[in-house]
Amino acid sequence: MKQHLDIEAGKRVVVAMSGGVDSSVAAALLQEQGCEVIGMTMQIWDYANFTAKQGDTFGTCCSLDDVHDARRVADGLGIPFYVVNFEEEFEKSVIDKFCDDYFSGRTPNPCVLCNQILKFETLLRRARELEADYLVTGHYARIRHDGEHYHLCKGEDHSKDQSYFLFTLTQEQMQFVRFPLADITKDEVRQHAARLGLRVAEKPESQDICFVPDGDYVRFLEEQRGAGTMNGDIVHVNGTVLGTHAGIYRYTIGQRRGLGLSWPEPLYVVALDAPNRRVIVGEKSHLSVTICRVGDLTWSIPVPQEPFRTACRIRYRHQEVPATITPCADGSVDVCFDTPQQGVTPGQAAVFYDGDCVLGGGWILDTVLRAQN
Amino acid sequence: MKQIYLDYNATTPVRPEVLEAMLPFYKEQFGNPSSVHWAGRAVAGAIEKAREQVAALLNASPAEIVFVSCGSEGDNMAIKGTLEALKGKGNHIITTAVEHPAVLETCQYLEKNGYDVTYLPVDCDGRLNLEDLEAAITDQTVLISVMWANNETGNIYRIEEIGAIAKKHNIRFHTDAVQAVGKLPIDVQKANVDLLVLSGHKIGAPKGVGAIYVRRGSRMVPLLHGGHQERNRRAGTQNVAGIVGLGVACEIAAAEREEVYQRMRTLRDKLEDGLLAQIPEIKLNGTPDRDHRLPNTLNVSFAYIEGESLLMNMDMHGIAASSGSACSSGSLEPSHVMGAMCVEITLAHSSTRFSLGPETTEEEIDTVLEVLPAAVQRLRDMSPLYNCGKSSSEACLICETVRRI
Repeated sequence: MKQHLDIEAGKRVVVAMSGGVDSSVAAALLQEQGCEVIGMTMQIWDYANFTAKQGDTFGTCCSLDDVHDARRVADGLGIPFYVVNFEEEFEKSVIDKFCDDYFSGRTPNPCVLCNQILKFETLLRRARELEADYLVTGHYARIRHDGEHYHLCKGEDHSKDQSYFLFTLTQEQMQFVRFPLADITKDEVRQHAARLGLRVAEKPESQDICFVPDGDYVRFLEEQRGAGTMNGDIVHVNGTVLGTHAGIYRYTIGQRRGLGLSWPEPLYVVALDAPNRRVIVGEKSHLSVTICRVGDLTWSIPVPQEPFRTACRIRYRHQEVPATITPCADGSVDVCFDTPQQGVTPGQAAVFYDGDCVLGGGWILDTVLRAQN
Repeated sequence: MKQIYLDYNATTPVRPEVLEAMLPFYKEQFGNPSSVHWAGRAVAGAIEKAREQVAALLNASPAEIVFVSCGSEGDNMAIKGTLEALKGKGNHIITTAVEHPAVLETCQYLEKNGYDVTYLPVDCDGRLNLEDLEAAITDQTVLISVMWANNETGNIYRIEEIGAIAKKHNIRFHTDAVQAVGKLPIDVQKANVDLLVLSGHKIGAPKGVGAIYVRRGSRMVPLLHGGHQERNRRAGTQNVAGIVGLGVACEIAAAEREEVYQRMRTLRDKLEDGLLAQIPEIKLNGTPDRDHRLPNTLNVSFAYIEGESLLMNMDMHGIAASSGSACSSGSLEPSHVMGAMCVEITLAHSSTRFSLGPETTEEEIDTVLEVLPAAVQRLRDMSPLYNCGKSSSEACLICETVRRI
């Protein structure tokens, strides 16, 4: 097993512990190699409101299992352990944005925001307040340093790579953040967990968002904000009104089921027109997008002035595809895919790669409607 | 690393003499005190001895002591049990805004079930105005509940005067004395208290045992039904070892209290003077009159920093203190006690409680005085609040508010 961790023995590290196998193994391995390890868990949401299915954990980019699991692991390792309460900040920075996005016709990615604002800002500050040298997480990603700049890169285990969720990391943050699982695979992590007797070793994973553990995000949104008057028409891309819907936030791009329409060919949601409360549907061919606009960018390279070639990933489970990036005057960029892509969704992140290395990334602003015009 | 425990208001270590006295009741003295035979008899005798020891500390008679599992149970029992027994006489309770949650939330529960509750306000130092109390009394008032001393600030309330008011109006008077017992002289006769609650683990007995004093003749409906134990006031087989331990702890408290008061008071004053002198922009929470504060308690707020960060930093130095009460930590809500005292919200977030015990040494206090000022300054240097006022000429409302302390 490879165990290359770029953290020197004797350093004080704060490990962001979720109770899941990844961060638990990260903490145990660092302790094994002589670091002074402190565990910290963010309490971000009152899970008492939810009843998860038996045995499920809440895992997407991180696996926010349970404060109690993290405490048990820390107790087993004999390390100091603190629960920091970020409920208020999570509600403000992540939940509110999540709801705003859905009601504005976007499909949000709360994991990136949680990383950006809670983990690598607020939690990092807590770690530094404790005079820790590094904040460590169990992400499958890598940080390289070329002597001058830090670069976020994919982890060794490409099937688990989480660099997509981390594109907002700044140079200053990367100076203090370490990913000890960069060089090992999920299988190796499981083997370490078994070897170290960590009781989290065999937990299953789920793909649900941590604060919507049952996956019913529509119910979540309506409980948070109420249904409101978001109903409107379902319109074909050719302009024909085909029916009505109960709220655009109930739909995501690429969705086929549950439209309740009769049409000779299968129909898909191809766009959400929030100002006019319209759900735009079309045949499969209408899902294909050649160009999208991406804004609110973070760059690991000097801010580009000229068009350049890259490989672009448009959602977590997406194999990046060749594209040309063209900077716009307002600081955003146009991404032109070599081959039209399906399911390009406003609200999701677009992350640009050069091989394993993240060049930068941002948020998809709009697609189909522009492409049509 | 040396460990310094300054959280005695949260809980205390079991005294060696207490543990020693308890051990036989886990081994050879295993009987059920309700049994007729030799095994039960020996144990029943031990419980009655403990009852005498507790009664002696309070100047009560043993028949007025009921053993319970903890302070919270005692408070629940005193309040709910009294109101149910006095149903038909009135439905109004008077309490304060700074009570322990065991009292506060019990009252809120009763409010939802049709009772009227008056929550008396306190001033910015946490003091109660007894004129408010007397003015709140109506012909429906059946219970007054005021804590003897506050767990967060250490403020001592004027229990004798409140007892006199209650007696004058013929109203039942309950006091949560969990923090006062063992630290202050307690005399239920002099104070005209009808119901008093104490907890074992705050005075060197183990967790899981407490007692309630119920003045003879006070009618009270039990919370737990099912057995004739404790003169039908609390069903369930007694926690024999815990009760024996509580008895011994009360006996020790009676013998040592005055000496321990002086010792803790001297050290607490040293800590208080030292922190107030060395750390700028620090606020004392609670009454500045030290004679009306528990001898072991100091609650201070440090402007610009979060209590949570400071507690973790102190923990890294082996110093155990707390923010708010241990019961509510883990929640971001600033303590209701700070809220009732109108402590500005960012200051309430940084409120930190040091509570000393009989085992606290001068060396430990010296260490805290050495470590804390530097830790506070370091956290302030990292605090966006502290720096925004210094680096920018723009008015920052939060900083302005914080500065006004």
